[in-house]
Amino acid sequence: MSSSIAQNLRIAAVLLVFLVLIDVISLAYADKCICPPYRNISGHIYKKNVSQKDCNCLHVVEPMPVPGHDVEAYCLLCECKYEERSSNTIKVTIIIYLSVVGALLLYMLFLFLVDPLIRKHDPYTMPLQNEEDSEDVRPRVDGSQGRGNTVLERVEGAQQRWKKQVQEQRKTVFDRHKLLS
Amino acid sequence: SSVESVSHRGIMRNACLATYLLTIRLFSSGISSATPTEETNDAGNLMDFLDEPFPDVGTYEDFHTIDWLREKSRDTDRHRKITSKSKESIWEFIKSLLDAWSGWLVMLLIGLLSGTLAGVIDLAVDWMTDLKEGVCLSALWYSHEQCCWTSNETTFADRDKCPQWQKWAELMTGYTEGAGVYLLNYFLYVLWALFFSFLAVSLVRVFAPYACGSGIPEIKTILSGFIIRGYLGKWTLLIKTVTLVLAVSSGLSLGKEGPLVHVACCCGNLFCSLFSKYSKNEGKRREVLSAAAAAGVSVAFGAPIGGVLFSLEEVSYYFPLKTLWRSFFAALVAAFTLRSINPFGNNRLVLFYVEYHTPWYMAELVPFILLGVFGGLWGTLFIRCNIAWCRRRKTTLLGKYPVLEVIVVTGITAVLAFPNPYTRRSTSELISELFNDCGSLESSQLCDYINNPNMSRPVDDIPDRPAGPGVYSALWQLTLALVFKIVITIFTFGMKIPSGLFIPSMAVGAIAGRIVGIAVEQMAYHHHDWIIFKNWCRPGADCVTPGLYAMVGAAACLGGVTRMTVSLVVIMFELTGGLEYIVPLMAAAVTSKWVADAFGKEGIYEAHIQLNGYPYLDQDEFTHRTLATDVMRPRRNEPPLALLTQDSTTVEDVETLIKDTDYNGFPVVVSHESERLIGFVQRRDLILAIKSARQKQDGVVSNSVVHFTEDAPQIPASNPQPLKLRRILNLSPFTVTDHTPMETVVDIFRKLGLRQCLVTRSGRLLGIITKKDVLRHMAQMMNQDPESIMFN
Repeated sequence: MSSSIAQNLRIAAVLLVFLVLIDVISLAYADKCICPPYRNISGHIYKKNVSQKDCNCLHVVEPMPVPGHDVEAYCLLCECKYEERSSNTIKVTIIIYLSVVGALLLYMLFLFLVDPLIRKHDPYTMPLQNEEDSEDVRPRVDGSQGRGNTVLERVEGAQQRWKKQVQEQRKTVFDRHKLLS
Repeated sequence: SSVESVSHRGIMRNACLATYLLTIRLFSSGISSATPTEETNDAGNLMDFLDEPFPDVGTYEDFHTIDWLREKSRDTDRHRKITSKSKESIWEFIKSLLDAWSGWLVMLLIGLLSGTLAGVIDLAVDWMTDLKEGVCLSALWYSHEQCCWTSNETTFADRDKCPQWQKWAELMTGYTEGAGVYLLNYFLYVLWALFFSFLAVSLVRVFAPYACGSGIPEIKTILSGFIIRGYLGKWTLLIKTVTLVLAVSSGLSLGKEGPLVHVACCCGNLFCSLFSKYSKNEGKRREVLSAAAAAGVSVAFGAPIGGVLFSLEEVSYYFPLKTLWRSFFAALVAAFTLRSINPFGNNRLVLFYVEYHTPWYMAELVPFILLGVFGGLWGTLFIRCNIAWCRRRKTTLLGKYPVLEVIVVTGITAVLAFPNPYTRRSTSELISELFNDCGSLESSQLCDYINNPNMSRPVDDIPDRPAGPGVYSALWQLTLALVFKIVITIFTFGMKIPSGLFIPSMAVGAIAGRIVGIAVEQMAYHHHDWIIFKNWCRPGADCVTPGLYAMVGAAACLGGVTRMTVSLVVIMFELTGGLEYIVPLMAAAVTSKWVADAFGKEGIYEAHIQLNGYPYLDQDEFTHRTLATDVMRPRRNEPPLALLTQDSTTVEDVETLIKDTDYNGFPVVVSHESERLIGFVQRRDLILAIKSARQKQDGVVSNSVVHFTEDAPQIPASNPQPLKLRRILNLSPFTVTDHTPMETVVDIFRKLGLRQCLVTRSGRLLGIITKKDVLRHMAQMMNQDPESIMFN
């Protein structure tokens, strides 16, 4: 129980750090006012970095193109919008997403092209591996039936199990149409 | 306990449906309390992740139903044990507090992760949708709107364009006008769309086939007690998130709301495996999944309350009050997380958030009700056509080429969508434009009204104006877009990529609503002296808001397809922030539900559940007058019930029985002569117990007598040692008499979540009714095919 709590706290910490990183410093905000043509003044777009409560025509439109008594009529026509963006968030998110897609693509290519070639050499390399990595042997509590307990063996075993699982899922969904038709 | 702390190996090794590594590691053997030590201690250890899992994957087999009563009683036992131990020492007390809090911690984690993933999805979709048309040169990761917002070179005349963002043809050739440029843009658009969807379907096929589809029908079934191993696993989570972005960006007519519910439930499952309170108990796990579904809808629509109601109305099966409060918390945390990521820049959670407060008038209820009727009719049409197409995909050659099907549908969608500017952009942007009212500065064609040059009114109080030529051409294009979307969504929903249904339905409704709204607006302007308009619409006033009609239409169509009522209205008014529009939304939602129910009782999700034959016991009433004898097995022409006696069966007999039949459990009676019922034993428990006994206990051979009684039967000393299996016997199976009406039996199954029920007469065991029998009987009574029920 205590270790599951420890793991929970670890995961929570990672998530919080991640969130803080995402909502990072370079927060850009600006107010944009779009003013249409008025009498003999052409339309213009004004931008200024103001906070949300100052986002109105009077604060943003500088220099004011109309004389004082016309300001109110001019400002009624203008439309002001406040927006806040964090460019770092966007950059980090897109880069993370693309790297995940790239990693998946590479793994897919590996599974299709490289893996079948490696599989052929397996029966010959396994005994050598066992001798070299004997220091990496960790005590296994549940008694493994002698499958070898080096890191590579375990990764292989895990990968084989996962592949069998995905194959079964594929048969269920794509071939037998038992689920998710 | 010797029976239960079995090394569960060998028997289940051939079950290829082993769960993912981490879930297995911490799942362990649910029955026993004396678990092997690696269950909780080495959870963080990579080497143990790679260990061979126990072949016994939890306590239930894949594609079986859980026993709700057993899960509930196990949870009560666990809680009582913790409470009694908490009085022993301070540390035990703290542990009991942590156990009580673990539920809230899980909700917090689910909210955080769902919000983060939704933010990532929103940002990535934004960028990749615009990638089909062009790229931002100043910063490659900006979408069109972000690129132009930060640029300083936009002019008033071209306020939607900017020089930093260039279309592909302009980038490659340097020209911006001309037929060749248009064709090049067209070609590249189609190419990008095909690339995205091909990538999506390949990833789904290679890594996680369970990630396709919407996910809501399967989650409904899972929450009603069904087990689908791997459906809420880590790979499914990863692949669904990644391919959802690709599928939506490819321009297909699908949404991301349904898949977001699946993603949120996967997050829920992920965090459940960290706490043994939830990972070992399937009933408690489903409470967490209900709350996670609420969080999913909350981030999809920015509607926390709507999310909770959606989970209550659509997705969950049992929804106790405790789950209500926890769902609300999870939804709130998720919405807050998404808001802090702020993917749309306006501190809103959804692209089509509108906020206007123009009032509506009683006379406008007539077009609103008409929109409701349209929504109901469209819902019926969509459900019938989509189910027919999915059935064709399931049974004919079409189902053999899923990748090709996705590519062809994407190609057709892209080729037909590009020429029409309303279908070229993403559906969310289309809905956003349709929902928004036209200020005087909008430059789109839809807002090409003839402005009075002397008018000087603030931008949100523009009076009704006559439509310019741009509006009429926009209406034509919108009508074409409506027909296109109605047709193409039928073929898109249900393909082998993550696909949701909410956004396309809302788009159809929004287009129809806007057309009706513009029509009413122009009628009110040009004929303001008619009686219907005279009372409430003065010339020079802002009477009709076409954007409101679009919202009402969207609600009507969504209600017609999914048959949601309260949750739909709450989601829509949380989307719009306008409490004054509740009455029109309700009117439309109720009308569309009535019209659609007149043609068929089921919404799209129930229809898909029926298509797949999931064992989902509906909440509808069973009103036929059949009795339990009519449904129970064995029937007259079937072999008699497979029974076990309490102290005269041998181990060999039991093994033969298990080998010859495939029943999930066996009743235990006093003897074959007087078939008085003692209890019920599960097949799985029998297999495991006998296997363990053969390995661990001395003297247990094939001729050993199996006894379910407390004391061993009187046998001579020379006979082999008897095997006591009382621990695995359920001494309180549910029984009904043979004259119990099926109405009551169905009610019992539904309310208690039973898997099987025994039928007795004057104490003698007659037969058994399983959930599958009940479902088949209900299907038969409704003249559907009883053989379509696939699962137990």
